[in-house]
Amino acid sequence: MSEGTSTTAAAGTLLGTSRRRRRVWGRAAGGAVPYVLIAPVVVVIGVVLGYPLYWLGKLSLEHYTLFELIRHAGTWVGLDNYRSVLSDQIFWHTLLRTVIFTAVNVGLTIVLGMLIALLLVRLSTWVRLLLTSGLVLVWSMPVVVAVQIFYWMTNFQNGVVNSILTKLHVGDFSQHDWYGTTFSQLGMVTLLIVWGALPFVVITLYAALAQVPRDLVEAAEVDGATSFGIFRDITLPIIKPILLILTSLSIIWDFGVFTQPYLLIGQSKITPNNFLMSIYLFEEGYFKSDYGRGAAISLLMVLMVGLLSIVYVRKMVRIGVSE
Amino acid sequence: MTRRRGRRVRQAGWDAVGLAVFVVMVFPVFWMISTAFKPDDQIVSLNPTWIPWRPTLSHFGAAIHKPYFWEDVKNSLIVVGITVAISIVLAFLAAVALARYGFSGRALFILMVIGIQMLPQAGLIIPLYVVLADYHKTNTLAGVVITYLTFVLPFCVWTLRGFLLGIPKELEEAAMVDGSTRLGVFLKILLPLMAPGLVATSVFAFITTWNEYIFARVLLNDQSKQTITVWLSYFYGSSRHTDWGALMAASTLTAIPVVVFFLLVQRRIAFGLTAGAVRG
Repeated sequence: MSEGTSTTAAAGTLLGTSRRRRRVWGRAAGGAVPYVLIAPVVVVIGVVLGYPLYWLGKLSLEHYTLFELIRHAGTWVGLDNYRSVLSDQIFWHTLLRTVIFTAVNVGLTIVLGMLIALLLVRLSTWVRLLLTSGLVLVWSMPVVVAVQIFYWMTNFQNGVVNSILTKLHVGDFSQHDWYGTTFSQLGMVTLLIVWGALPFVVITLYAALAQVPRDLVEAAEVDGATSFGIFRDITLPIIKPILLILTSLSIIWDFGVFTQPYLLIGQSKITPNNFLMSIYLFEEGYFKSDYGRGAAISLLMVLMVGLLSIVYVRKMVRIGVSE
Repeated sequence: MTRRRGRRVRQAGWDAVGLAVFVVMVFPVFWMISTAFKPDDQIVSLNPTWIPWRPTLSHFGAAIHKPYFWEDVKNSLIVVGITVAISIVLAFLAAVALARYGFSGRALFILMVIGIQMLPQAGLIIPLYVVLADYHKTNTLAGVVITYLTFVLPFCVWTLRGFLLGIPKELEEAAMVDGSTRLGVFLKILLPLMAPGLVATSVFAFITTWNEYIFARVLLNDQSKQTITVWLSYFYGSSRHTDWGALMAASTLTAIPVVVFFLLVQRRIAFGLTAGAVRG
């Protein structure tokens, strides 16, 4: 779920140690035991998630503002909220912006991640260890902390980015405001997101690269294949499944990203011109206390992310069922 | 000879690129720590001081003496503690069912566990807020714990399942043949073998919960009730005269528990969101 679990996702050394899959027939048929074991989780999730999800649907069909919240009852309005949202120019602009934003972020994350993973393979051991430790350190940074660091580094008065760029004679960047335009605001958010996402992608891809048989690569080298040819014809097909998974996870996370844009751009500078989907629903639904309309936006967003995650969820469920 | 030298030059070239990537990636973290220890005149100077040779601890003092720091650290610890405790116990039971039993509805349960982790958190803030407001549970830590369970529980189930699959089932079967009861097997064999997995999963759940921002931001308005990430996010406000040293010291303090725990268990968590996809 969103950035939170991105840090919790897999990587590390154990990916390589291939653990043979357990056959389904080897599992005990336990009668009522498994149901007793899963019952607490099912009940808790049913209550803490199922009930709010039911409310999400219900709210989206109601006129529900602060007044109704105090009264504990909404007014049924049918599909009015959806009609209002779908005829809102801001919704469509936000959707388009979020799609482009997601494409850029995911593209940068995956391409840079792949390049750094390939670089890791070629490094001397000590540089590789140094870089991997650095990546793990970055990986462990809490998102809110990362936002504060970026905010401080890009501060227009005495941010270090401006001094470095000026010193390197890239141009005169003293007092340069990195948050002056919508484009630069979202550009800064992109830097922050890609920086935070790279460690997970690099380390996972590096683990996947260990699966590429060395003798196959050496044989191709002897036959005079170019590095790019080897990458395209040998490496890529082998790591394709994991690359696909990383891409779908990144799409899902970046499409729904909230904390980085909300905090880095800053509440006071957030306008319909730089809305991303989750910020749009936060501002329209929560901030303006128009919960009914906010619920309609939320539901549309959940459906969109649901469609985006079909590939990933199907793949993982298949793995889960067979293990 | 020239061939070997060519190779060595190329190796040095790759290493240089690797070091450059290292510097770019690590610089923000380095800059946070460096700023946190620098005296104010060096912080605001347009000529950056890279390493604070005369470090000061005054920013850390300023950070921890800012209002609500200790209250909000305590709140975070309470929320994290309860969420992790509930999640681990319940998730472990469900993980045993997934890893050791075949039952109808298993695929559906897996779908639920995976699917929930893909829900966008922002999409849930409106209904969670309204439901909790309806039961007068906004501004309470209990409300936050409830919302955190929605994503920590499925994560724990899935991760613990991975650890369980790594423990050979034959051990338990042998014990059963020797006349142990199911409960005996669970207590004497499964639980001790699972200890590292339970610790690693708890630590990751701890980190996720400690770092959480949106739900806490939406549900907790009272400053004395907030968690540490919300406290940190309000640090600079809209003021132009931000105390950068204190902000970076506070950021360092917020990150330290996470970094320490993360470094301890990062290698152990290999069964997360991409597990299985690499293996053939």
